[in-house]
Amino acid sequence: MKILTEHIDVPNIDTIDVFMKHGGYSAVKKALKKMSPDEVTEEVKKSGLRGRGGAGFPMGMKWSFLAKPEGVPRYLVCNADESEPGTFKDHYLMWKSPHTLIEGMIVSSFALGANTSYIYVRGELMYVIAILEKAIQEAYDKGLLGKNILGSGYDLDLFVQPGGGAYICGEETALLESLEGKRGNPRNKPPFPAVKGLWQCPTVVNNVESIAATSWIVNNGGDAYAAIGVGRSTGTKLISASGHIKKPGVYEIPLGITVEDFIYSDEWCGGIRDGHKLKAVVAGGSSVPILPAELIITTAAGEKRLMTYESLSDGGFVSGTMLGSGGFVVMDETACIVHNTLTFAKFYHHESCGQCSPCREGTGWMDKVINRIEHGQGRIEDIDLLVDVAKKIEGNTICPLGDAAAWPVAAAIRHFRDEFEWHIEHPELATKPGAVFMRKGASWTK
Amino acid sequence: MSKIVFPAETLELVKKIIARYPEGKQKSAILPILHLAQAEWKWCSPEVMDYVGTLMSISPIEVYEVASFYTMFHLEPVGEHVIEYCRTGPCCLMGGVEVYDHLKKRLKINTGETTKDGKFTIKEVECLAACGWGPVFQIREKYYMHLTNEKVDQIIDELSK
Ligand SMILES: Cc1cc2nc3c(=O)[nH]c(=O)nc-3n(C[C@H](O)[C@H](O)[C@H](O)COP(=O)(O)O)c2cc1C
Ligand code: SF4
Ligand code: FES
Repeated sequence: MKILTEHIDVPNIDTIDVFMKHGGYSAVKKALKKMSPDEVTEEVKKSGLRGRGGAGFPMGMKWSFLAKPEGVPRYLVCNADESEPGTFKDHYLMWKSPHTLIEGMIVSSFALGANTSYIYVRGELMYVIAILEKAIQEAYDKGLLGKNILGSGYDLDLFVQPGGGAYICGEETALLESLEGKRGNPRNKPPFPAVKGLWQCPTVVNNVESIAATSWIVNNGGDAYAAIGVGRSTGTKLISASGHIKKPGVYEIPLGITVEDFIYSDEWCGGIRDGHKLKAVVAGGSSVPILPAELIITTAAGEKRLMTYESLSDGGFVSGTMLGSGGFVVMDETACIVHNTLTFAKFYHHESCGQCSPCREGTGWMDKVINRIEHGQGRIEDIDLLVDVAKKIEGNTICPLGDAAAWPVAAAIRHFRDEFEWHIEHPELATKPGAVFMRKGASWTK
Repeated sequence: MSKIVFPAETLELVKKIIARYPEGKQKSAILPILHLAQAEWKWCSPEVMDYVGTLMSISPIEVYEVASFYTMFHLEPVGEHVIEYCRTGPCCLMGGVEVYDHLKKRLKINTGETTKDGKFTIKEVECLAACGWGPVFQIREKYYMHLTNEKVDQIIDELSK
């Protein structure tokens, strides 16, 4: 079942004529001519679609919080900042099929009553920005953007805004600051963007994938969308698969397939590269807890783990993780967990905006301590020190970047403490290029 | 350096960019304009940032404040080609460490340095949202993916011509 990527490999699907030949923009016609904004919102609510940017918050509910004071403009801002390590799905979708996002932007802006909308794209993706701008121009030329779209009386202007290289601008209030031309420092909440967002006006911020899915929902109905998936994990999800698998890439999966299938089936990742075995997975982008092979394939209770919000978080942080942004990083037995954790710690240290001291200082500490462990200068107390620093950050910051920095470190130690100990106890072995700890009798199976 | 003024067609584009935002909210144009400035002059020197401030009728300090927050803006001179490689975990799993070492050896410089002839600068950046296609680096707007040592050599050969 493919909703977002059904036609993604059709030649020239990035041009509006080919896109329309394959049913593109039918949702705009349907929504603007046959539905009211509230009816569109109602379908999105029924669909059960949850925000695909990482937090998984129900999209229809988020929309219904939007304040609608008379005479004040409202904005829809698409979050295309995609910078969470392991995640490259929005990049893929916008690059291959820009009109899929633009169609969703029109439908969603209509539902929210926004007459100006922005797509905030990370600045590194300048070539994707050019693709989007060309596609937007095509949509204007066809009367799908601009004044009185398709004679419906609805006006919409759509612009692309480049970022400047800062992960924190993916956090929605930092994104709004950045879009206002400032440094990307997250705001204190409340007020929430739904009340005071862009230029203090009511604003909805949604991820690329979330917005893109609304067209299909308009065309086919919220119930049809909700019929895909399992429980509260409805619809399809783009998974960015990377690491030691046979076929890295972006896959659109119906939520609810098993993790095992996703890793080993030829339809998806195609299994671990030849001659190697699965060791660990970071299932939802760098911010979520890493899990060892045995806990990612089955839950602690012995049930097959599914690619759903609920199943991946089964066991809480003791034995579970999160679906997050769907950045699925697979590691075989050659991966050094300490090294990988170090790159993530460096990342968060580099990306902390510095506003809150637990995050600013804590990320620096974790980077420094893991760095010395990796380089054979660690002390055995360092492991507990890391756990302690992670705890001090968690829950004590303005925005969730602090948690996102703490969780991966805490989880790596929780599940791979012996690997950290080995680095500390055998620096002469651990610092050899390519050296990796092998756990005796490790259960990494296939 | 010759006088810092955008060419006429870029100035037209600047006007269009400023018109994307409501009256009084023109400060939003700062990132797009800084990108244009960097494309024009390779790096954001104080003079360039002052010029951006003048264009937008904001004080120079406001421009520095913003430019220094975002890693894409080079506040120091750089070489003709700035190679920004992704050092984050997934790219390392895909063999990034070896490939980037090769790049540094090939150019005989370290991260953060520029070759003597001023042709190349190497910078280390975080995840470029291309993890499954790694290892990856970026030179201006172009992404170079699935890098191997041989590919790196080819790219450097090509750009050295
Ligand atoms: C540090 C940080 C980085 C984030 N980066 C992104 C991002 O790159 N893309 C994204 O869609 N959401 C990101 N988010 C989540 C956004 O704050 C926000 O929840 C999301 O854009 C809402 O859209 P959704 O409900 O459609 O997922 C990030 C959050 C944090 C705390
Ligand atoms: S948690 Fe970190 S990134 Fe978020 S506001 Fe505080 S210092 Fe900035
Ligand atoms: S980790 Fe290198 S592009 Fe994401």
